Amino acid sequence: MYQVGNLVKELSDKHGRVRESLMPILQDIVQKHNYLTDEAMVEVARELDISAAEVYGTASFYTFLDTQVKGKYVIRVCKTITCSMKGKSEIIQTLEDMLKIKPGETTGDGQFSLIETNCIGWCHKAPAILINELPYTELTPEKVSEIIKDYMQK
Amino acid sequence: MINLLINDQKVSVKEGTTVLAAAKDLKINIPTLCNHDDLCVAGNCRVCVVEQKGARTLIASCATPVTEGMEIHTNTLKVRNARKHVVELLLSEHRADCTKCYKNQNCELQSLANEFAFGEHVFLDLVEDHNYTIDRSSPSFIKDDSKCIRCQRCVRTCSELQYISAISVANKGSHQKISSFHNRPMSHVVCTNCGQCVNRCPTGALVEKTYIDQVWDAIYDPDKHVVVQTAPAVRVALGEDLGYDPGERVTGKMVNALRQLGFNSVLDTDFSADLTIMEEGTELLVRLKKALVDGDKKISLPMFTSCSPGWIKFMEHKYPEFLPNLSTCKSPQQMFGALAKTYYAKKRNLDPSKIVSVSIMPCVAKKFEADRPEMRASGYKDVDYVLTTRELAVMIKQAGIDFRNLEDSNYDSIMGDSTGAAVIFGATGGVMEAALRTAYEIVTGREVPFGNLEITPVRGMEGVKEATIKIEGCVDAWKFLEGAELKVAIAHGLINANKIMKLTREGKAPYHFVEIMACPGGCIGGGGQPIPTNIKIREKRMKAIYAEDVHMVRRKSHENPDVIAIYNDFLEKPNSHKSHELLHTHYVERDNY
Repeated sequence: MYQVGNLVKELSDKHGRVRESLMPILQDIVQKHNYLTDEAMVEVARELDISAAEVYGTASFYTFLDTQVKGKYVIRVCKTITCSMKGKSEIIQTLEDMLKIKPGETTGDGQFSLIETNCIGWCHKAPAILINELPYTELTPEKVSEIIKDYMQK
Repeated sequence: MINLLINDQKVSVKEGTTVLAAAKDLKINIPTLCNHDDLCVAGNCRVCVVEQKGARTLIASCATPVTEGMEIHTNTLKVRNARKHVVELLLSEHRADCTKCYKNQNCELQSLANEFAFGEHVFLDLVEDHNYTIDRSSPSFIKDDSKCIRCQRCVRTCSELQYISAISVANKGSHQKISSFHNRPMSHVVCTNCGQCVNRCPTGALVEKTYIDQVWDAIYDPDKHVVVQTAPAVRVALGEDLGYDPGERVTGKMVNALRQLGFNSVLDTDFSADLTIMEEGTELLVRLKKALVDGDKKISLPMFTSCSPGWIKFMEHKYPEFLPNLSTCKSPQQMFGALAKTYYAKKRNLDPSKIVSVSIMPCVAKKFEADRPEMRASGYKDVDYVLTTRELAVMIKQAGIDFRNLEDSNYDSIMGDSTGAAVIFGATGGVMEAALRTAYEIVTGREVPFGNLEITPVRGMEGVKEATIKIEGCVDAWKFLEGAELKVAIAHGLINANKIMKLTREGKAPYHFVEIMACPGGCIGGGGQPIPTNIKIREKRMKAIYAEDVHMVRRKSHENPDVIAIYNDFLEKPNSHKSHELLHTHYVERDNY
């Protein structure tokens, strides 16, 4: 859990305290912290003078606006048809072996979360994953292994 | 005017009218589930689809404005099949345990299914695969997601009428649900328990929490003395659930029915409404004196009424810094409850632990109010069970009472006498009018300067009403008010209450006294009143309330003989030590989510 501090206030100053600012504010929080805490959503509701249920409603609509605790690095593995045909299962298996977690879980040290996702638009270079906002494509178990090792040393 | 054809019949309607409304003009019924007269267009249930000549697809009649020369057909094969499939699809995700459902026979989805007379199901039943939540955490209502068709009437009600948005639409696709903030229990979010969503839910997804069985148990228990009180707005609406048209007054029959149900004493919340006027009126005059004469800067003005538990919880969540502005008076229900197990018990020589106190309310927030820890001034739970108008109608049906042919009957004595001032508590502006009738007379020794005591500026359905009363010819004790202009305001529906609170927060509210009711129209439009509700029905109930007032022998609270008696025998005087102990309360700050 992170402390939201002055972040929401700063983002509200930046985007403006109007209903239309809800999405950019939520996106900026997620960019910084990977997920939205209840405290963050309540703060956003207060700043924009809208209800917290409405903020939650909006956040829960979008897969990339997570409302559950997520690790520092969120790994999203594309589960749709092209990536599946091009070896997504082996990629998942490699990730599970290295991180010792299943899809939907976060590592004990809070570094990695593993999620399966719908199409991320890299079918022509399948199989593909996202780590936070960066795509990694044409993966093999070996390539994934190298990438994750790099992240582990960060 | 726009001219169009619906089912080959000509109709002319104003620009901006929807196809649905134009069809209604021709008495052509188009079914809807998400549309509601009180709410904005949603267009999400798709039950109201019709065929438009030249259009590629069927259109939603609730969300389509008429255009010149339009040709609409509401009953083609294409329309029938589409509607049938829409209803079938809704049913495939709806736990249709109709015979066990509280809304059985009063459910819009059930009626539609009935009209289409489904045999075999065309679509898979998805209910079993879903992990639906049934939220029973609130003492006022139950939210059962397995019955929800996501029409979002409740969401629109909570936002458009009540400015709360305690619930919103969460997730998407097959996971979409109506959710509080992060799925928290309804008892732990900003919900005011007003029950307006319950009034508008087309299925059994939102219903009041019922206490009918507990009340029957008390009635059948020979050791218990069961007293019942009836709120002002119940008598002008109960008939709707028993076969009468809206706006029929059934006071006498209701009292008779309650006696036949087996209540030991049938008493009236109107008595404690009159008492509220004495306590709250005095509190206002004392506050004015302290502020105007003594120059006490700590006195909080404007003073807000405190009869409506939905409004109280709204303040506790949203404007806690103005809690000192709320009158400390308990609501009439709770005043009655506190007195039932003290004064009434003493007078009737009863053991208060053997008294079960039941109230019949137009409200579901009253169930929450009765459960508040502050409401135990008698040493017991002051009001044991709160039933809605609807629940009373159910009990009357269960008992096999032929309501229509009942003789009129009168309330029992001690706490059963009332005045016209108390009756009008049930309509927006009523508390203000009742308070002015009494306060003006206390201060000037004369009746309020309005014909037949009807203070028309505070009446009616406008969201926010304002009035100024010039005070002249004061008696000696109130000379300091001579020439003063008493500024008052009235709001109903929390969206309107919020307008006044915003002004107050900005320091721009010029009022001394403000009446606020959480529900549209006041208690006549309460969350416990018969379903359906719309502005026409509420206006008829309001008319009935004022008719009831005119027909009362006494029309000013301070002339109620039971009220005079209780001050002589028990409470001494308004705002006395004993009054404060039993009839006044305090409020708590709550989170705004």
